[in-house]
Amino acid sequence: MGAQQRNADSTLAKGLGWFSIGLGLAELAAPASVARLIGVRDDEAARRLLRAYGARELANGVAILGSGADDAEWLWTRAAGDVLDLATMSAAIRRNDGTDVRKLALGMASVAGVMVADVIAARGLSQTNGQDRVTRMRPRQRTSIRVSKTFTINAQPDEVYSFWRQLDNLPRFMRHLESVEPLGGRMSHWVARGPAGMRIGWDAEMIEDTPQRISWRSLDRADVSNSGTVEFRPAPGDRGTELRVRLQYDPPGGRAAKWFAKLFGEEPEQQLHEDLRRVKSLIETGEISQTPGSSSVFHPAQPSAARRAAGGRR
Amino acid sequence: MRATCWMGTHNIQVRSVPDPQILNPRDAIVRVTSTAICGSDVHLYDGFIPTMQRGDVLGHEFMGEVVETGEAVSNLRVGDRVVVPFPIACGHCNMCEREMYSLCENSNPNASMAEQLWGYSPCGIFGYSHMLGGYAGGQAEYVRVPFADVGPLKVPDHLEDEQVLFLSDILPTGYMAAENCNIQPGDIVAVWGCGPVGQFAIKSAYMLGAERVIAIDRFEYRMRIARERAGAETINYEETDVWDAIREMTGGRGADSCIDAVGMEAHAANAWHIYDKAKTVLMMETERGAALRQAIMCVRNGGHVSVAGVYGGFMDKFPIGAIVNRSLTIKSGQTHVHRYMRPLLERIEAGDVDPRFIITHRLNLNDAATGYDIFRDKEDECLKVVMKP
Repeated sequence: MGAQQRNADSTLAKGLGWFSIGLGLAELAAPASVARLIGVRDDEAARRLLRAYGARELANGVAILGSGADDAEWLWTRAAGDVLDLATMSAAIRRNDGTDVRKLALGMASVAGVMVADVIAARGLSQTNGQDRVTRMRPRQRTSIRVSKTFTINAQPDEVYSFWRQLDNLPRFMRHLESVEPLGGRMSHWVARGPAGMRIGWDAEMIEDTPQRISWRSLDRADVSNSGTVEFRPAPGDRGTELRVRLQYDPPGGRAAKWFAKLFGEEPEQQLHEDLRRVKSLIETGEISQTPGSSSVFHPAQPSAARRAAGGRR
Repeated sequence: MRATCWMGTHNIQVRSVPDPQILNPRDAIVRVTSTAICGSDVHLYDGFIPTMQRGDVLGHEFMGEVVETGEAVSNLRVGDRVVVPFPIACGHCNMCEREMYSLCENSNPNASMAEQLWGYSPCGIFGYSHMLGGYAGGQAEYVRVPFADVGPLKVPDHLEDEQVLFLSDILPTGYMAAENCNIQPGDIVAVWGCGPVGQFAIKSAYMLGAERVIAIDRFEYRMRIARERAGAETINYEETDVWDAIREMTGGRGADSCIDAVGMEAHAANAWHIYDKAKTVLMMETERGAALRQAIMCVRNGGHVSVAGVYGGFMDKFPIGAIVNRSLTIKSGQTHVHRYMRPLLERIEAGDVDPRFIITHRLNLNDAATGYDIFRDKEDECLKVVMKP
């Protein structure tokens, strides 16, 4: 492994860096053309996704070149990005809504090709740099996400407990949950929506169930292993219930997945914050406030937009 | 339907938009019969309030007739004539139960935006930016009213629209401003701004037992109304040094309490105005604070400063030293309108106050853009614009 090999890896890395920047700019500037080129349906959601992916590519390209095309970590991140691209494209094929399957398959083949180059460059740089980054960055590695949030709800602890204990209430306020189906006993089946319309399902077991506290964990075979605890404590001075929720989950893809989630503004802390605000509203008022602007600030406050928002809900 | 839309800074257009619909069980739809332009709408017009979007429907002072109710609204019937309070309040959270309706914890779906700017979020407000909920406002033919079982006040038929319309905002706002002064017998109250809220603050200060009220402005026609209709003495800050004048008028004590009914776009007759103007233009501060600074300097030791004018962000050269060293109390808040509507309706019925004296212009909703222009620029001695769809 001499200086020559190192130069070759670095040159390949540089090329991949520039490729990222080019692709990123194209996705950011002309998402509609990119959508047509790779054969996915060209709508607003697809464009938004492509722009987000473009931002990711661009940042990744800049990071590779910024590190002097000498840092394997950013090449591994590129490879993780390829995995996401492939997953998204295969999800689009499975959805089969206005996608051009032939073009998409071609697109996936090219991504797979680039991914091979990424892995070669990354492995090369890892070895010549004499650091075992391969192990550290192996996509298999799991990074736990832990979040905790508290809200005060103006209702007695037993009322809040009963509301939560009826598990099919959870999707009414947890935006990413599609359904929770009690399976009898302590078992339940959960389905959540991920980015790009991906669906994740798992079975969970309740391991603690008292009026003060509910805890659960997913079963071993879950794709996203997760666990959580909800506590119901009386707030001082008859202010109702302090509801504290703690969640822990291990997304597939570890750090890359965390970064991926952030690209979509899906900061887990903020997400839980909003979910708990909604459950508070649901328990206190029987409904959740909604306006045209409630899902995004890019709607004018007009009745027309309200109708669209309402149509998109249950 | 026709609605007054914010299309950008200094750009108001009456446009055709779809009719509102019931979205939640506690909603109602109200057909607007009268609506008004508020001084705080001018802050939107001038682009001082962040998170406005092109196309937003304006207006938070309105009343009308109930034309549809959600399944959970049992206290209102189709045909009821109601005044709608500008803060949207659920009636069930801790703040609502404490009658702090403008701090409702459930009516702002964009609360996290407000949390970024202010730490915690107040309630949602009709037609007042996305940060405060992104609700379509009432300068329109129809409006969706959330939590309609809590907010709208039914008004008796023998009172005409113009007598009760201002219960939606500015009459309670002027009243709360005076209430926040903790007025004691013999007190002299100074009010900055002779706009609609200032006029009602003067009236309310007298209703709450003030001995004298001194009003500060620079427009003679507004000061004339304050003198003749509200009973204030007036100071023109462009001609007279306000601190000196108030000191002399109060036997050297200073005003017992001061009300800021001006807010974030204050003018001043001195270098402060140039300072604030420059800093706001450069985005280095968000408020022009001349009125509030002067109110703080003019109140007596241990006095109350009541802030009714709207502020949105951060002010420079805030005289915290005066507050600390002279034991001042500052009170403020968006008005908890629900708390004041019924008692003030009784005051109107009893003839204690006739809010119509501030109305100078009556327009059709189609002329909303003209209304904003003349109100903002104080053309044609404009004090209050009321519009009918």
